[in-house]
Amino acid sequence: MRWIWIDKFLEFESGKRAVALKNVTLAEEHLHDHFPGFPMMPECLMIEAMAQTAGILVGEARGFAEKVVLAKIKKAAFHHYVRPGDTITLHAEMESIAPEAASTIGEIRRGDELIAQISLMFSHVDKNLAGKKFPEENFVFTDMFNSLLTGFVETHPDAELSR
Amino acid sequence: MAMSRDEIFEQVKEALVDALGLDDDDVTPEATLMGDLGAESIDFLDIVFRLEKAFEIKVPREELFPAEAVLNHPEFVSGGKVTAAGLAELKAKMPHTDLSGFEADPDVNKIADLFTVDAIVNFVETKVNG
Repeated sequence: MRWIWIDKFLEFESGKRAVALKNVTLAEEHLHDHFPGFPMMPECLMIEAMAQTAGILVGEARGFAEKVVLAKIKKAAFHHYVRPGDTITLHAEMESIAPEAASTIGEIRRGDELIAQISLMFSHVDKNLAGKKFPEENFVFTDMFNSLLTGFVETHPDAELSR
Repeated sequence: MAMSRDEIFEQVKEALVDALGLDDDDVTPEATLMGDLGAESIDFLDIVFRLEKAFEIKVPREELFPAEAVLNHPEFVSGGKVTAAGLAELKAKMPHTDLSGFEADPDVNKIADLFTVDAIVNFVETKVNG
């Protein structure tokens, strides 16, 4: 998740909920092909934006000690197109969290308009793939996430993320 | 408040239909989670979360699906079969599961067949009705 696909957080309540914002621009090259003459944000990338919003919510809840990976898309329903120039907000809520995994529910909105409903499951990989070796450093949460959470989370700066 | 077995089955069915994207008819008491219903490892956690919510219970993963811990223990598996000690351990840890058929041929590859819808209903019944 070193590729950042959300622009900033608007709200962040540790372990409970997060709201992130993304601006969609024609400067994103994939929109030139998706589709020529009718650029719209690919729905799979809406899922990615929600996965990053909710994934950071899940990771922060355990002090970024776990390698949090998207494991399952429980629900993805899309109601409207997202076009260049739109600003979307990603509302993620923690549904359940356990040592091995977490589930989130979420909505994407454009202003008050409901664009999509996306519910996800994340795995804490070290706890689930017993015997498989992963790098010790947390390759999911890198320094770049520092800037996203600055001002929202007091406990983590430098200490947790840059280790 | 005590729940009837049918009520429990209906709610377990709903959890499985939602977690695994099934039709209502797919979920029979005998259906195996992996073989018949196509559950994968992450689905088990999804199912656990849904059961916790539906029945307002706590479901420690190793209680509902303890076989993994048994399989990873060298004393309990030998030559692809679960040993007598392993079977005793499974019986102790999976009281909600019918092991009679498995005992005849305790092939580790068949352990997945022990996870049936019925086993989940049994488990929830003990949790809800005590």
